[in-house]
Amino acid sequence: MFYRESGDFKTSYEQDSQTFPIKFDRYRYYAVLAIAFLVVPFVINDYWANAILLPFLIYAIAAIGLNILVGYAGQVSLGTGGFMAVGAYACYKFMTMMPEVSMFVHVLLAGGMTAIVCVAFGLPSLRIKGFYLAVATLAAQFFLVWLFNRVPWFYNYSASGQISAPERDVFGILITGPNAPAWATYMFSLIFLTFCALIARNLTRGTLGRSWMAIRDMDIAAEIIGVNPMKAKLTAFGVSGFFIGISGALFFSVYLGAVEVGEAFGITKSFLVLFMVIIGGLGSIFGSFAGAAFLVLLPVVLKVVGVDVLGWPTDIVAHFQLVIVGALIIVFLIMEPHGLAQLWRVAKEKLRLWPFPH
Amino acid sequence: MPDQFLFAVEVFINGLMSGVLYALVALGFVLIYKASGIFNYAQGVMALFAAMTLVGIMDGQVPFSHIINSVFGTNLHHFGWHVPALLAILLTAGVMVLFAWLVQRLVMRHLVGQEPIILFMATIGLAYFLEGVSDLMWGSEIKKLDIGLPQGGSLWIEDMTAGLGGDNFYGFFIDNLDMVATVVAALLVTGLVLFSQYTKQGRAMRAVADDHQAALSVGISLNFIWVLVWSVAGFVALVAGIMWGTKSGVQFSLSLIALKALPVLMLGGFTSIPGAIVGGLIIGVGEKMFEFAIGPMVGGATENWFAYVLALLFLVFRPQGLFGEKIIERV
Repeated sequence: MFYRESGDFKTSYEQDSQTFPIKFDRYRYYAVLAIAFLVVPFVINDYWANAILLPFLIYAIAAIGLNILVGYAGQVSLGTGGFMAVGAYACYKFMTMMPEVSMFVHVLLAGGMTAIVCVAFGLPSLRIKGFYLAVATLAAQFFLVWLFNRVPWFYNYSASGQISAPERDVFGILITGPNAPAWATYMFSLIFLTFCALIARNLTRGTLGRSWMAIRDMDIAAEIIGVNPMKAKLTAFGVSGFFIGISGALFFSVYLGAVEVGEAFGITKSFLVLFMVIIGGLGSIFGSFAGAAFLVLLPVVLKVVGVDVLGWPTDIVAHFQLVIVGALIIVFLIMEPHGLAQLWRVAKEKLRLWPFPH
Repeated sequence: MPDQFLFAVEVFINGLMSGVLYALVALGFVLIYKASGIFNYAQGVMALFAAMTLVGIMDGQVPFSHIINSVFGTNLHHFGWHVPALLAILLTAGVMVLFAWLVQRLVMRHLVGQEPIILFMATIGLAYFLEGVSDLMWGSEIKKLDIGLPQGGSLWIEDMTAGLGGDNFYGFFIDNLDMVATVVAALLVTGLVLFSQYTKQGRAMRAVADDHQAALSVGISLNFIWVLVWSVAGFVALVAGIMWGTKSGVQFSLSLIALKALPVLMLGGFTSIPGAIVGGLIIGVGEKMFEFAIGPMVGGATENWFAYVLALLFLVFRPQGLFGEKIIERV
């Protein structure tokens, strides 16, 4: 009834190629943005920010980055944790070397740094593909974590081997450190998420995104019709690294504040982000959001139900969480290999015909 | 002979021994990959699960006792009996067969014809699931596994070789358990080769590995073969679990050896049993020698990443591994 394209006439090229061609979609998008920017910051409290909203925003950025690499370009990567660590350590080095520069610049520079590292580790993808590449990216994961653990220059020779974010502000409002207000950290992350999602959405609709998808679907055929595989693969690694680096920088500076590299950016982080992408839906920006939200909320919900309602010991709940996450992944792959995003698409198709389905 | 050289030889031999253990894990991967094209990430967790089940059965632990206790308020721990090692191993093998059947029945059957990457993800999900289940079943604390295998350094070899070097050299230190593992691995590989060459089921397994459709058309049951392959892989996981569990205790880190087996596979090629052995030996020796020679200069603990970087560099020159089948791509 509401969700349909009939009567929605396009009279210019700009209108014809806009991101959300259906009016209802467009208004929903504006409404979500308005709530996220104008309502949430005023009602947010510390618990919501730290337990749900901040991890959601930051993981969503990482999931978008990985989705570009795995879902759009078809290059499986298990090195996300290592690349997030690059973002975090680059951000830390920039923050301590240039304290007077704005945090926005630090985070963007950290993203750029990660993009370079990511492209370097993406070079073997020109020769190897599939599982072999997935395992090759594990080299990045283990090597980078080892590097940040062993070379003292990266953690400024601190005695504990940890890095902790010094207090930095943007326009006089504290963003990092323990005294930063919840709404400020939330807004800071939200701005980056919006920025990343916009870029990702538009990149994937354009020439670059189409060349990624061609490489994903069949790289030899793509090469024959004139897609440059080197350019497509390396740009995918670069763009993906940029987003993952931003999320790593935010994860360290805004969310955690202090980081021990093996613990925060280990192999489990790589798998976590990969699961977000799979459960959300490969090759879908909306899916990245849905997957991140799902896997951030799941432990919180399980903890509330298991520990607070049923009164079970926390270790049993933690084990149940493993079982449930594992089972969910298998169920998703069997029932809906295209993830939550596909459910959303099906729902939209249904809505289009509603209430007269025949 | 100079001591430094003798130390290097000792490191080399120990590297070979640990390489055998890597190869044991890698074998399980190769078996499943050859027969079904599934890259089974859960192999390491299967080893953990098998080892935990073995310990649990031997000690007569009540499965799921933790969760039963917290739901019903009871205080169950042990049945109060001890099962002899051999019987417990047989029972555990039975559990692994049951597990193989369940995996085939509930997961893999529904995923036939999906892309390899989807199957890979499914096994990662399986790994999480199995890890959670084994923790819930047997508890997550570190357990000691002792089925009577010899442990500690071999005094005999130490005495034999003590005369080779100067005063600082006390002879080669070689773990008895590693030697047992080497013998067991050799037996296992021989057994597997004989099985796949000379038995009906083994031939059917190779036929399925060659071509699913052709195998189906001559009347081989794919379902049965896949259950068989997963059972064999479960058995290999049990052997690997016993070896690693005796060496360093049954604990979560056991499942991480699966990650160590990946570079072994990349070196050897995913489809080759000899490749898994040779790859395991190269990685084992390589990482021990690198740690011995270069490690002190760069801060140590290079074992974490050396295998991967070696495999990565190697793959750039030979993308299908040492013994893997040549990848031919067509549009």
